[in-house]
Amino acid sequence: MKIKKYSHLKATLAIARASFKSILRSPSAVVFSLLFPLIFIVVFGFIGSGGITVDVGLANNSDTINPVYKTLCKIDVIKFIDGNEKQMDQDLEKGRIDAILNIQKNPKGLPAYFVNVKYTEASKEKGSILKSVLSNVILPINAKANDAPPPVAELKETTIRGREYKTIDFILPGQLGFALLSTGVFGTAFVFISLRLTLVIKRFFATPVTKASIVLGEAVARIVFALFTAIFIIVVGHYAFGFTLINGVTTVINMLILSTLGLIVFLGFGLAVSGVAKNESMVPPIANIITLPQFLLSGTFFSISAFPSWLQPISKALPLTYLNDALRKVAFEGAGLWDVHHQILILLIWGIGIYAVAVKVFKWE
Amino acid sequence: MEKSIIISVGNLVKNYDKFEAVKSISFEVYQGEIFGLLGPNGAGKTTTLEIMETLRDKTSGNINIGGYDLAKNPNEIKHIIGVQLQAAGYYPNLNLTELIKLFSGLYGIEVNAISLLEKVSLTDKAKAKFKELSGGQKQRFSIATTLINQPKIIFLDEPTTGLDPQARRNLWDLILEIRSAGTTIVLTTHYMDEAEILCDRVAFIDNGEIIGINSPDQFIDDLVSSGFERKKEVKKANLEDVFINLTGKDLRED
Repeated sequence: MKIKKYSHLKATLAIARASFKSILRSPSAVVFSLLFPLIFIVVFGFIGSGGITVDVGLANNSDTINPVYKTLCKIDVIKFIDGNEKQMDQDLEKGRIDAILNIQKNPKGLPAYFVNVKYTEASKEKGSILKSVLSNVILPINAKANDAPPPVAELKETTIRGREYKTIDFILPGQLGFALLSTGVFGTAFVFISLRLTLVIKRFFATPVTKASIVLGEAVARIVFALFTAIFIIVVGHYAFGFTLINGVTTVINMLILSTLGLIVFLGFGLAVSGVAKNESMVPPIANIITLPQFLLSGTFFSISAFPSWLQPISKALPLTYLNDALRKVAFEGAGLWDVHHQILILLIWGIGIYAVAVKVFKWE
Repeated sequence: MEKSIIISVGNLVKNYDKFEAVKSISFEVYQGEIFGLLGPNGAGKTTTLEIMETLRDKTSGNINIGGYDLAKNPNEIKHIIGVQLQAAGYYPNLNLTELIKLFSGLYGIEVNAISLLEKVSLTDKAKAKFKELSGGQKQRFSIATTLINQPKIIFLDEPTTGLDPQARRNLWDLILEIRSAGTTIVLTTHYMDEAEILCDRVAFIDNGEIIGINSPDQFIDDLVSSGFERKKEVKKANLEDVFINLTGKDLRED
């Protein structure tokens, strides 16, 4: 019997298809790669849109038919809160409200009103915001008063029109990067170790399939899954929370290319972890050593410029930092792939390094 | 009729560091027979089997399977053999039909999953996951996966270990059926009654050496003619016959 020409492509695709189905049916993959990032995006998407507000308690006996109060009401930053005096004092002490305002008409004539403000040590920053808002409000009112002297200097303000950088624009690329990291590391490590321990791989080796087909098939399945995840996250972010996609579809495609590159690097980590771990229960601790620092230090939630200076070199050594950075530049600044070649280069160096390790430690049985 | 040799093993040696697991064993398997490798745990049965299955490297020796030299053409051999491993699992989260599809992809062929499952009477489990099957069903499925590439030879490593008497008999019928379709079968087992019923010839392996190859009948006759007698008088039935008689031959799957 003549054996028909064996197709390695068919074998690779068979594994990719099987692996993809298996991923979709495994709750942990879906939770970590899809649900987690989505929850963060929803949470930050909602709290992020409000901006800064200063909560000001309005005293019960305060005058409310004066120009100062009326102007303050029109300012978005100031949010007035009513309540009884005692409760308000307590809230002020605890920093739950940022100041208490009490405006009184002067019975003796001029000045027409006294604006009494009580600030709190518990909320100094917002206190100073209120302070400058108040002086900005009172100054022109006083200037309009009849016998005020002519102004010495007049303030002329212009604001350039910039793109609004929303919280979602920062959070979404970070979450996308982290989803890729966890799919790459946890997913891959768990799958390969369980395939090894349950002798699935050994059984595969009794068929003509090659090792390259097995690794490639698994990689293809994860890349396809990750791209679906990425598209889903981007679409939800864009339509539900106004995530900025400067060049529309081109931006999305650039993001997907970066995601694929990032995932390939992270798959290397996963393969290395599966080789180092002796059994399935050793996967989470080892995988967490890789993912957790990157989760916290790679600018997933906070910009790394907010970190103390001794921590920054560590942040700047991690691959996820560069993926996040590149994703943000592409999405918000409309950078092309060439504009982020520095980030891509560092990811590639990480990729070469980790695959060198993976090849050394990876075990087939 | 001249029996043609389908497997020949010559002076096979396998060392693990200093431990000699297999010490220069030689045997032949004829086309269309059921050949049993018998022996205690650690005797080298599984090692020998896995070397023939191309899963383990030999230290030295010549092996020819279906006309292919194992050292030169392991890939051609993979195409003509089917392998059932002891206690092997299957790709997680997939149902039986999907697993068969996966394996046919690995062999690069098209297979009708349902007709394959029909052969091992598992059509009603086509959409079930492997881990949801009973012990006997799991073994039947394992055997089904060995048949995907329509192999000339299948290797079964302790196929009936851990099964209840009904499932065991059911599996024997399946193995005999596969043989009658022309497939050569090499199996290992700890159960001598099983070897006696299934195997045309058996090889006893102990400490990595073959200490006898013959048909079960011949082995028994030789032992009897040497003057051996059982301590207890042999009755016309044993306890397993009682078990089957009382509980029936029907498969119990759950």
